[in-house]
Amino acid sequence: MKIFSTDHKVIGKQYLTLAFFSVALGIVLSLIMRFHLIRPDAKISWFATLWPVGATGGIMTPELYLSLMSIHGTLMVFFVLSTAPQGGFGNYFLPLQIGAPKMAFPVLSMLSFWTTFLALMALLASFAVEGGAPLSGWTAYPPLSALGQVAGPGQGLGMDCWIVSIALFSIASLMGAINFITTILDMRTEGMNLMRMPLTCWGWFVTAIISLLAFGVLLAAGILLFMDRNLGTSFFIPAGLVVSDQLQNHSGGSPILWQHLFWFFGHPEVYIAILPGMGIVSTVLSVFARKPVFGYRAMVYAMFSIAILGFFVWGHHMFISGMSPYSSIAFSLITLAVGVPSAIKTFNWLGTIWGGKIRFTTSMLFALGFVSVFVSGGLTGLFLGQPAIDLYFHDTYFVVGHFHMIMGVAAIFAIFSAMYFWFPKMYGRMMNDNLGQVHFYLTFIGVYAIFIPMHFLGILGAPRRYADFKELEFLAKSGILQRITTYSAYCTAAAQLLFFGSYFYAKWRGPLATINPWDATTLEWTEPSESNVVNHAPDVYSLPGEEKDFVMQSDQ
Amino acid sequence: MGLAILVWILTVGVISLCVGGVWWFPAPISQHAFNFDTHFSRMLWVAGAIFLLAQGLLGYAILRFRDQGHPATHNEGNARLEVVWTMVTAVVFIGFALIGNKIWASVHMDKSGDATIKIEVLAKQFSWNFRYPGPDGKLGRTDVKFIRDSAGNPFGIDAQDPAGRDDVISSAIRVPRGILVELTLRSRDVIHNFFVRELRLKQDIVPGMAIPLRFRADKEGTYEVPCSELCGLGHHQMRTTLIVMSAEDFQIWLKDEDRKPR
Repeated sequence: MKIFSTDHKVIGKQYLTLAFFSVALGIVLSLIMRFHLIRPDAKISWFATLWPVGATGGIMTPELYLSLMSIHGTLMVFFVLSTAPQGGFGNYFLPLQIGAPKMAFPVLSMLSFWTTFLALMALLASFAVEGGAPLSGWTAYPPLSALGQVAGPGQGLGMDCWIVSIALFSIASLMGAINFITTILDMRTEGMNLMRMPLTCWGWFVTAIISLLAFGVLLAAGILLFMDRNLGTSFFIPAGLVVSDQLQNHSGGSPILWQHLFWFFGHPEVYIAILPGMGIVSTVLSVFARKPVFGYRAMVYAMFSIAILGFFVWGHHMFISGMSPYSSIAFSLITLAVGVPSAIKTFNWLGTIWGGKIRFTTSMLFALGFVSVFVSGGLTGLFLGQPAIDLYFHDTYFVVGHFHMIMGVAAIFAIFSAMYFWFPKMYGRMMNDNLGQVHFYLTFIGVYAIFIPMHFLGILGAPRRYADFKELEFLAKSGILQRITTYSAYCTAAAQLLFFGSYFYAKWRGPLATINPWDATTLEWTEPSESNVVNHAPDVYSLPGEEKDFVMQSDQ
Repeated sequence: MGLAILVWILTVGVISLCVGGVWWFPAPISQHAFNFDTHFSRMLWVAGAIFLLAQGLLGYAILRFRDQGHPATHNEGNARLEVVWTMVTAVVFIGFALIGNKIWASVHMDKSGDATIKIEVLAKQFSWNFRYPGPDGKLGRTDVKFIRDSAGNPFGIDAQDPAGRDDVISSAIRVPRGILVELTLRSRDVIHNFFVRELRLKQDIVPGMAIPLRFRADKEGTYEVPCSELCGLGHHQMRTTLIVMSAEDFQIWLKDEDRKPR
């Protein structure tokens, strides 16, 4: 396998490998954070080994906690949720599903992956530079992110690494987006008109359009922030700031400008993460319910409505930011309107399985689980989309619970569903279904046990991004919620080892798959998998005890 | 099959946690907070009903339509149904937004009534300062060049300005009960956030801006104010208290503070 391959299947696998690495690291970081939240004073010797400055003597400092949090968020949002469904499964299966021999621009695909790889390296480098990783979260609000080391360790070189990483990621996403759009518009095989495309392809198509419009803005914002930090400009920094008794030499900028630019990208980003998943879930539900997708056209229109409305709701992240209270009203109306196509999709998923003949494969279980968590996470959005209610919930754990359910867990469930579904196509072997079922049930119960308690912490008013809650008297009695969340996180993370184990076992030792193991209808199942494995000599004929008088080289 | 029952159990679990109310809001201390709670529970009923319906149907479909050797029906959709549920959700969702916006407007757009107590809030990494005009009713002029935390002048009050000599500075915020208060929120360095749970009010404090926030607290007591916008490594320790006092006690406190040498 060539490293700098232009084969879309290889690139798809490379993206998935990158996402697997990122998700594993992201989970580890979150476990360390969860541990710290229930035992803030614990002395752990290997903390000191890993972070001699951030955890001197093994006790985690708040700045280390915040930097773990920032990298966790950045890894998960960018390198997992924006990478696996689109770059991973999209690159692999889009050409197969529309009957194209390859992506429109194979070299661009290759460049796009390797730029993403560089972006990941730049992000990880922030751990190694002086001051460590940045502590201003994945949203990097200035002035905290703009002032340099004076605003905290990690806000020096670490923050520059973060900006470089995000800028590279944006460039890679733009390249990917152009490639996807061109491929879908130009490379479809005969008879594959747009309204005959599987909904997965619609998901990738709409996502690519969103990426093209959104990542450019993030890239520009990142460059402006970099200039504020290193070239003396003041896009985001107002006059007269005194930090650590030092008057800052800036004037004329607006911190809220960053929030507008960031969320103009950041909200559509949510749909970048979830739309390919919606496509996958629609397909999987239909395959295993043995029914056509209910309301195919409505599904396509709903995706487009979500994408279009999604560009006009960014202000709901900023209700209490100090922007005009009048604009909040407009943003909230459009935000609740975007709930409508999301609800339509949910109805149609129910309609798809209604009257079906459901086969509970692991892939199907994750698709059904997706619908459940999508409902649970979506309904809390009805609360947060209103400025009146955001007056209390903004930046509390309620928000953390909400977006982990709807953006994190739902998208991850779709990724799992896709992985179990397409594994036989990708590796020519089957994953073990019993292990898969156990993996699903543990994960499904686990995510509810992790994220539902967070909502109640939010109702109590617990602010997010707190390194510990020792000082807040009103949370003195909520330790049980924190512990439930942490222990559930341990168990759910452990359950993922089942997946990784099962994945690698199946990849090398799993039973061989037939060409179309799920009796599905789309084009990727018409050809044999590329990964045929040879089990016999070339000329096994008339073997005693065999029914047929020949055994194929690929048969077991 | 197991999944259907599990979905139902989780649904009932989530709903009973909401009904149980073990972990819930603190008691409201203002009319706005009371209105907030009313609107929140109204929302909770409707969202809870949708939650129950959607998860219930999901569980039912999983149970009812599991593969029992029966053929699946062929059904590609139903345009009339699509229109109906689109309209219904649109009306319900947009209706929510319209009702909720009344509460929002009462906080940020209602300029009726004179706030007799005006307090300047200064947030900085990682502490709070509150400034009250003294008996002259005027806040003194400030300039960044006079800022000296060590000399007790975090605001940078200009010593030359007589209006500033009687300003009272406090690290906790004290307000009289039942009287409309107007805060002016300022930050000296990064973005912070002023949040009082019992008032159901939260507002970012943005450097370079002076953001007004009005409230009337009706119940005496001490309430925690945790910084609620990530402001750096000491974010979790940036905490102060709101002390709601009787109007008399408040005046006595203000006078006493004013007499203290600064």
